Amino acid sequence: MTEILRAALVIARRDFSAVILSKTFILFLLGPLFPVVIGMAFGGLGEKITTEGLRPTVGVAMPAADAARMERAHRLLVDRLGKENLPRLRRAPAGDPRALLAQSDARFLAVVSGTVEHPVLTGKAGDLGWLEGDIGLIASAALAGERLPHVRVEKRPVAASAGADAQSRLLTGRAAQILIFLLTMLLAGMVLSNLVEEKTNKIIEILAAAVPIDAVFLGKLMAMLAMSFVGICFWGSGVFVALMAFAGPNMMPPTPAVGWPVFLLLGTIYFSTAYTLLGSLFLGIGAQAATVREVQTLNMPVTMAQMVIFFFATYAVDHMGSPSEIAAAVFPFSSPFVMIARAAQDTAIWPHLVAIVWQAVWVALIIRLGVWLFRRHVLKSGGARSRGLFRRRSAPAA
Amino acid sequence: MIGDTPAPSPTYAVEGHGLVKAFGDFRAVDGIDIAVPAGSIYGILGPNGAGKTTLLRTLLGIIDPDDGHRTLLGDPVPIRQARAIGYLPEERGLYPSMKAAEAIAFMGALRGLPLKVGRQRARALLTDHGMGASIDKPIRQLSKGMAQTVQLFGTIVHDPRLIVLDEPFSGLDAINQGKLEALIREQARRGVTVLFSTHVIAHAERLCERIAIVAGGRIRFEGSVADARDQLRPQVRLRTRASDGAWRRALPAETLAQDGAWHFDLPDEGIEPLLHALLEGQAGIESLSIERPGLHDAFVAIAGAAAAREMDGGKAEEAAS
Repeated sequence: MTEILRAALVIARRDFSAVILSKTFILFLLGPLFPVVIGMAFGGLGEKITTEGLRPTVGVAMPAADAARMERAHRLLVDRLGKENLPRLRRAPAGDPRALLAQSDARFLAVVSGTVEHPVLTGKAGDLGWLEGDIGLIASAALAGERLPHVRVEKRPVAASAGADAQSRLLTGRAAQILIFLLTMLLAGMVLSNLVEEKTNKIIEILAAAVPIDAVFLGKLMAMLAMSFVGICFWGSGVFVALMAFAGPNMMPPTPAVGWPVFLLLGTIYFSTAYTLLGSLFLGIGAQAATVREVQTLNMPVTMAQMVIFFFATYAVDHMGSPSEIAAAVFPFSSPFVMIARAAQDTAIWPHLVAIVWQAVWVALIIRLGVWLFRRHVLKSGGARSRGLFRRRSAPAA
Repeated sequence: MIGDTPAPSPTYAVEGHGLVKAFGDFRAVDGIDIAVPAGSIYGILGPNGAGKTTLLRTLLGIIDPDDGHRTLLGDPVPIRQARAIGYLPEERGLYPSMKAAEAIAFMGALRGLPLKVGRQRARALLTDHGMGASIDKPIRQLSKGMAQTVQLFGTIVHDPRLIVLDEPFSGLDAINQGKLEALIREQARRGVTVLFSTHVIAHAERLCERIAIVAGGRIRFEGSVADARDQLRPQVRLRTRASDGAWRRALPAETLAQDGAWHFDLPDEGIEPLLHALLEGQAGIESLSIERPGLHDAFVAIAGAAAAREMDGGKAEEAAS
């Protein structure tokens, strides 16, 4: 084991230096800036599109007096509920609502006709379902008119609320889960093509003769993980500085159940295990590929598999303690995502110790499987008499 | 634990018994027994596709045999002796962006040599062999021959007890081939066992104390170079003034007339009876030479005979089916 670690470190050091000292690493570090810059440039426009463009417009084809009452009531409700929560109203010429909806330039989602006392909503069945309540509310407010009371609510702030804390911690857990998932998805995929260089340059033969293949796999994972941490530290520092500069210390998300220091430590560990779990699997799969083209073809199914795992973990977070959450915590690939969310919501530490050991065992198992497949299918080792998965390499066959 | 196992000092540096390695239906190594004496230069000769590389990879533990067993420096688990072994594979491989000295140190580090020591030795090796200017050059900027030399230095930088070279001379020009031969001799003088494969016979003839001729996945001959040459009878080349006479009856039946001379194997009873007949028959001997066959002739005869047997076997199988 010591020798495997020693050899893995030699390989990790080589890979890490090769990546860090390459010019493309600068692009790698600057990569996340592109969406930030694009987001800043188009953010305002995007928000406008979201709030304005996606709000439906309902045509009001009522007698003028009724239409005016509806519009007044709409303004009143918008003041209290916010405009994004109600459809827009626009007067439409009186006539057959079906004909109005058929006009290509009208752009009404539905048309409300009749009177305030008896509004008639015409539109597609699916739209009527969710517009019915809004139009009914506006018509009710129109009927109440000036008599609609505005009850003032007295506010009594408190320092702590268990319900609010639980909600906040759930949000922190979700945020951490999404962050770890995004980082894993962005960074672990690179491992897929990690052995291609060795295979195309025939270096794998030298490595295979000098060190156990386990060390090659482990070394590559260590190098890529270290490189990922360099990136995360770089991006994290950038985000921290930006937050401090523009938002101040009040932007800190709600404190997780285990406290920030332990939560950050667990976050780092769970990112490492999520990365090495997926990375070891990708390395094993990628090692079977003979060419870059094959690796590229593998990218899509691998990304889809990651998405499925993430959705599973996300679903489980909302049902803490349920069989689905426990299943997701036990299933090795979703376990880190579930457990970080658990750390935000639950103070117990021992489940994390168990989970970390469990995940580490699976990393070792997946590496072993990858090595076994690599020796069997790529190096063409073994053959008529299959070597066991855990049998020591090169033991006498006879 | 790999590398921490005390290295034994066996009589044979490499041993293989009943080794079999098949890829599908093709048996690349088909029941090979081999024993490489410690401290010797041992050559594995064979035509292309004979199974030399598969044999070396099996002996080194890169691949496991389907059957049989092997020991490397007395250890049945070859990887445990990795620190005492240097291996130059047939398909050369280096990281193109790595600097020459760094590549050598890296290969040493893989086999347990501290990087700092590896770097110092790499610089010394490159400087001593006239490649000082290439120390900090990336591999991609080196010529093919220079890159190959760098890899060779990477194979020996950690002072191995056993060096395994797969087709080490291929891709090298005559000058570099000479340098490599000198380097192999130098290693052998230091007590290092050198095992190499080649299909170029001249190198084996100059360097090897023992050889194995491999063809069709089997060893067709194993012994000293002299023993291999003794597999063929010495060749007699006779030039006479007379073209015919009673003396012709004294020539062996398989005698060939070629380039104005008679060519035939040295008869079992020696050259004296023939000489007597030539003198009595007044053949007029212009020249007579007895040449010991070279390793090349022995190799062609042994490997060629094996190939012929394989072909005959194939035909027989076809006929049977």
